[in-house]
Formats: sequence, C-alpha cells, structure tokens
Amino acid sequence: MENPILRTENLNAYYGGQLALKGVTMAVPEKRLTAIMGPSGCGKSTLIRCLNRMHELIPGARVENTVFLKDKDLYAMEPTEVRRMIGMVFQRPNPFPTMSIFANVIAGYTLNSIRLKRGEADRIVEESLRKAALWEEVKDHLHKKGTFLSGGQQQRLCIARALALNPEIILLDEPTSALDPKATAFIEELMEELKKSVSICLVTHNIAQASRVSDYTAFMYLGELVEYNTTEKIFTVPQDKRTEEYLVGKFG
Amino acid sequence: MREPKLRRRLFLNGLFRTGIYGLAFGALLPLFLILIDVFVKGLPVISWNFLVNTPKATGETGGGIANAIVGSLMLVTLATAMALPIGVAAGVYLSEARKSRLAYFTRLAVDVLQGMPSVVIGIIAYLWLVRVMGKFTALSGGLALALMMLPLVVRGTEEVLKLVPAHIKEASLALGVPHYRTVLRVVIPCGLPGIISAVLLGVSRIAGETAPLLFTAFGNRFLEFSPLKPVGSLPLTIFTYAMSPYQDLQAQAWGASVVLIVLVLATNIISRVVITRWKIQF
Repeated sequence: MENPILRTENLNAYYGGQLALKGVTMAVPEKRLTAIMGPSGCGKSTLIRCLNRMHELIPGARVENTVFLKDKDLYAMEPTEVRRMIGMVFQRPNPFPTMSIFANVIAGYTLNSIRLKRGEADRIVEESLRKAALWEEVKDHLHKKGTFLSGGQQQRLCIARALALNPEIILLDEPTSALDPKATAFIEELMEELKKSVSICLVTHNIAQASRVSDYTAFMYLGELVEYNTTEKIFTVPQDKRTEEYLVGKFG
Repeated sequence: MREPKLRRRLFLNGLFRTGIYGLAFGALLPLFLILIDVFVKGLPVISWNFLVNTPKATGETGGGIANAIVGSLMLVTLATAMALPIGVAAGVYLSEARKSRLAYFTRLAVDVLQGMPSVVIGIIAYLWLVRVMGKFTALSGGLALALMMLPLVVRGTEEVLKLVPAHIKEASLALGVPHYRTVLRVVIPCGLPGIISAVLLGVSRIAGETAPLLFTAFGNRFLEFSPLKPVGSLPLTIFTYAMSPYQDLQAQAWGASVVLIVLVLATNIISRVVITRWKIQF
C-alpha cells in the first residue's frame, strides 16, 4: 500500500446491539480513488460513515476501536473538527434549499462562523466550482437558489461544497445512485479528474462503476471486509471465493 | 348485453359525484351564511368615524370602537410576544428530540393545554396576575391569550420542522457544523414559512376569544395604550353591546363583528400567502 492517508484498525460498529461492522482494518491511499463495493446491507455505508464520525449521530449507534487520519486519532478529536477535515457527499443531492449556489459552496465557512475576507470567499467559490466542473454552467447565476439546478448539477454543487473546506479526503456515499446515466458518466469523469488532487473514498453498489474509476477496491459482505486490493487484482484474480461470486453476479 | 350494465355504472358514478359535491358544498354553506348575515347587518354601521372614535356616553348616539381595535391589537401583540419564543423553542425541541421521555410529556402537556377551556385559562390568568397586581391589565389578558396560543405554535412548529428532510440536516452536520447551529441556521430557516403561518393561525385563533378577557383585560371605554391598564377588545365589545338593550349599540356590535372577521380573515389569507409564496423545495 502506497502512502496511506486514512486507516481503520479493527473497527467495529453497532446499531444498538447489532454488530454492523466486524473488525474492519483497511488503509486508504493518498490521492487515489478507493472504492468500497458490496451488496445492500453489507456495511459499506456504515464503514464510510464511521470515517467522518457521522455513524454515531444515529441514536444507539456506536463504534469500537479507531480510525487514523495520517497520525491523528479521529476518535480522540471533536467530531465537528473531524467532519471539517473529511468532506462527504451523499446518495441524494442535498444542497441547502434556502441558500443560493454561492452560499451553498461557502456554507462550510458561514455555518461554522469562519470569517473570510470578501475576495477570499469569491476565490474559494470559483475554485471549488471549477474543481467540481460546475463553474461554466453556473457562473452567471451564482445568486440563484441551488435547488433550481438539475440533479447532476446539484450533486456537483454538493461536491464543490465539500471541496471548499479543503478536505484531506472526500467520502462519496453512492453519489450517482439517484442520477441518470448521463449525469452519472459526468460525475465519474469528474472523480477521475479529482483524484489527482484529493484522496477519494467511494461507496458504490455498482460493480462496473468501481472497475471504471477506482485504483483500489474493497469488497464487503455481511459487515466484513472480505477482500481489499488494487482494482485490477480484485477484478482479474480475486483471492476470495465470495468476491468472485459477487463479481460474476451470484448474489448482490 | 354490456350496454345496460355500463349505463348503470355511469349513472351510479354520476349519483355519487353529485352526492360528494353536494355535501362538500354543505360544508362551505355555513361560512357563507354567517358572512352574509354579519356583513348585511354590520357594514352599514362601519364608517371612518366608527373606526377612529371611542364610545359616546350612554344615551348619546354615535361613537366608535377605536378603544376595542387598539385593545385587541395590543392584546394579540402581547400574547404573541409571550407565546412565540417559548412556543418555537418547544417546537424545535420536540422535533429534534422525538423519542425522549421529556418530549413525550411535553407533547402530552401541550395537547392537554390545547383542550383547556378558555374560561378556565382566564381564571388562571386572573389568579396569577390580576390578583397579584391588584388590578385588571392588558398584560394579564395577553397572558391568558398567550396560554391559548402556545399549543398551536408548539405543535405547528414541530410539525413543520419534522418535514425538513434528514438529508438536509446531514449535509450541515457533515460540514462539521455543530448540532445547535445546524438547527438554528439550516433547519429553522427551512421551516420558517411554516412557523410564520403557524403563528398567524394562532393569532387568528385568539383574536376572537372573549371568555379569558372578561376577568383579565376587563374592558375599557377609553383609548388606552399602557399594558398595565385595563383595555377594551373587539370580542368584549361585541359581547357587551349585543347584550345591551339599546338598538344603536346592538347595531354597533354587528359593525365590530365585521371588523373582527375581516382582521381574522386577513390573517388567515396572509398565512396562506406566506406558505405558498415562500415555498421551499427540498
């Protein structure tokens, strides 16, 4: 494994008494795209939500052991601080409905009361929207509501919002599952562009998507990390029988 | 063979539709009958002088209801000032802590308060404020009305904030925004039109209350702007004038009814406009 930026150590996660993640140890490399795939209910979303401490927001949910971001123990920090360093994009595009496009991108600063100079806010908004490949489409209506955009544009707005805080890594939780094929293709292209400058961890139930865009792929099943390797190896010479069965479509 | 069957179905369909329309019209009818009656009897009384003058001494003709209009506006303002902050805060709490024990009991208490007879609330306000201060005041009337308005604001706020989708909240939390600030700056703004409309509905509900004012605001024939003095109010004026033996006062009661109904209708319409105009798409 080259330069890991994030690693979990024997991570267990629970919903009430139910064990949803069973001792996951995994390292996510820097400036690469790591995909986590598996059938519904395998714990892939739970895992990604443990990485920025969103999991514990569900009543009764808890986590055992820890996650390190470089050498920082995330579970020894304030959760809000962790979430500012690790961006997240969700399954359904969720721009803030009361805010303009501009305000949405800069929301990570305004909602956290981080003061910015006027020019600086403009610069961050433009830069983030450019990175999310949305700038050209919206630069003339930055002060319109974000919810007037199409689904795919909204999702890119959410990506821009996550990028604006300059995160160490961004987590994408099935970012294309609510989008049409064209918007999906666009986001996939964007992910390949983004991984040059930022580390990405992608959860997907779409095997083809994992094979298309990722450098590393993890396969999860029933709360366990079954296999984790370079995407090439996972898709050509899977070591575990369950991985192979999943890839050929025997379950999932 | 199929013809008669089809005709029978169409006939039944028509019958059913006519029945539904008829009954729905029956639901509209009372409002229109009331409005027609009140406006026919009340409108002739209304004039500029009626709105800006205070009542004349008994026996003299003329005079108006300015004291009651000012009093009602003051009472509603005082009640809103008391019920709004507490009600919105409790509503926010209930929508955030849906399953806690305290939330369960708060909800129960609010529902019971909503069912409390208004005359009892009047007596309570009398005990708490009038007896303690030793005088009838607009403040005590405002308190009684605030107690009546509170449940509407609490449940209205709660319901409207529950409609804010969880994924909008998650978006804010995932940016590292603390919970309290997420509520203040994301959840509440999303529910704001609904909260405003809940408050306005509360206002229109209490504007017509008479019973709680009998032994709190008491009534006043003169213009009074101090919350620490007794004040008149529209429902109270309607009550006393309608019971009086003088025909011109009875006519003025109809006029005051028109003013009250117009104010309440206007509040209702404004709340509708707020909801539709500021509709937030999620």
